Amino acid sequence: MGVVQGIDGRVKRYVCVTARIDEDGRCRPMSVQWWDGRTYPIDKVTSVCRRSSKRVGGDGMCYTVMIDGKETLLFHEDPRWFVEEKVPEGHVC
Amino acid sequence: MRERVVMHIDMNAFYASVAQHLDPSIRSKPVAVAGDPERRSGIVLAKSREAKARGVRTAEAIWQAKQKCPDLVVVPPDYDAYKRYSKLARMICYEYTNQVEPFGLDESWMDVTGSLHLFGGSPMLVAGEISERVKDELGITASVGVSWNKVFAKLGSDTDPGDGVVAITKGNYRDVAWPMKASEMVYVGPATARKLHDAGYETIGDLAHAGDYFLDKRFGKIGRMLRSFARGEDQSPVRVMDPARADADYAVKGIGNGLTAPRDLVCEADVKALVWLLSESVSQRLRESHLRSRTISAGVRRAADLTGYSRQTTLRAPTCLTSDVANVAMDLMRASQPLDEEHAIRAIHVRATNLSSMLEPTQHDLFGDVERVSKLEKLDLAIDELRRRFGNKCVHRAVELTDEVMSGLDVKRDNTVHPIGFLR
Repeated sequence: MGVVQGIDGRVKRYVCVTARIDEDGRCRPMSVQWWDGRTYPIDKVTSVCRRSSKRVGGDGMCYTVMIDGKETLLFHEDPRWFVEEKVPEGHVC
Repeated sequence: MRERVVMHIDMNAFYASVAQHLDPSIRSKPVAVAGDPERRSGIVLAKSREAKARGVRTAEAIWQAKQKCPDLVVVPPDYDAYKRYSKLARMICYEYTNQVEPFGLDESWMDVTGSLHLFGGSPMLVAGEISERVKDELGITASVGVSWNKVFAKLGSDTDPGDGVVAITKGNYRDVAWPMKASEMVYVGPATARKLHDAGYETIGDLAHAGDYFLDKRFGKIGRMLRSFARGEDQSPVRVMDPARADADYAVKGIGNGLTAPRDLVCEADVKALVWLLSESVSQRLRESHLRSRTISAGVRRAADLTGYSRQTTLRAPTCLTSDVANVAMDLMRASQPLDEEHAIRAIHVRATNLSSMLEPTQHDLFGDVERVSKLEKLDLAIDELRRRFGNKCVHRAVELTDEVMSGLDVKRDNTVHPIGFLR
């Protein structure tokens, strides 16, 4: 049983990210390419901090981002990026 | 003088916590990090809190642990991950002070006396913040001990098995530290604890009240040092170290390698193959660090009862030659016990201590062949260079080829450096 209704759990999903590196070295993720080919532009980065993912394991710089009006977490586990993918209820991996 | 504020950060069940953090599916399950049973190194290296509660102990065989806890999850060690998390935790400490002294992978001391005012001035708040940050940023729990010396700070962090903060102050150390068992204190190992027990000293408080005569007689010069530790009079400073380097890179006192053989060693040829393999790794590491050694020691663990011993000898001139190290180690083995089936050996270690730099001039043996030695040194260095470029297994000693299983081992590459002693 998932904690959230309709969600069975979360899995670690490495994703393709397009990022812009500023001249002072700051990194700003611009968009996320999902495994099925869809691209989700990141509207806004609301916060950046070092954090571990309690849900799926792993840690790194955690970007709290707004994608399509929804808040989500994007982790930079140097050098890879991952998200905490939702597994719909009843879904068999 | 301002009273020192020393903290000791101890990451709980470090190896197991890292494994659980990386794989959330084994969280809250009894987990043991263990070696490879196929290579007979299948002992428990670390266990999670859940496994500890079920009675699993460090250094017992996997089968023993599984008897106590049938649903035990056994995972292989991942040293790269441990090193990474160790470094990340150390980096958090460096944000509070430049005086951070690592002690093994999972522990470090830090002296915040001079920087405390920058963070609010309360040692307990700073300690709590560090513990919380390690938990949030790395997903590992850490307990913190706060005191005015290193020994009590470590004692404090060892008291709390969770992620708490324990302060041992000048006001409470008699109530907190003194009732603890003497063996809880750093530098009181099983042998010292036994000696203290035999004389009726059980707690740290007992040790703090021990008399000069007894201490000098039973322990020699470290006796009074132990008593001063127990009284909280330890003055040793927290060393300032280069943040980029791990503690294992500092102050090399000796270089050693040991290995549990894939099968019991029952004849001279078996022993020779392993001794050469280990000596090769030891002397190669000596040469890489530009060091020579004068004292070679070799030790064994017997297959019959798993007891062991170690023997050492000091050479006339320092050496870094593989053949010297191996021959001396082999002589020590031959002199210590018969190499036959009755005295089968399970594990061997070879160690080189009493080190001096290769750049220092050497006093040559009057009757030795200096030219031959320098020729052999050049040969060894040439082989090292080949190995550096093409891998450790590109050049083999013939003696290592006598055993198929062993010749497949790469001792040097698989070597991991262990925590160093408190006194250095």
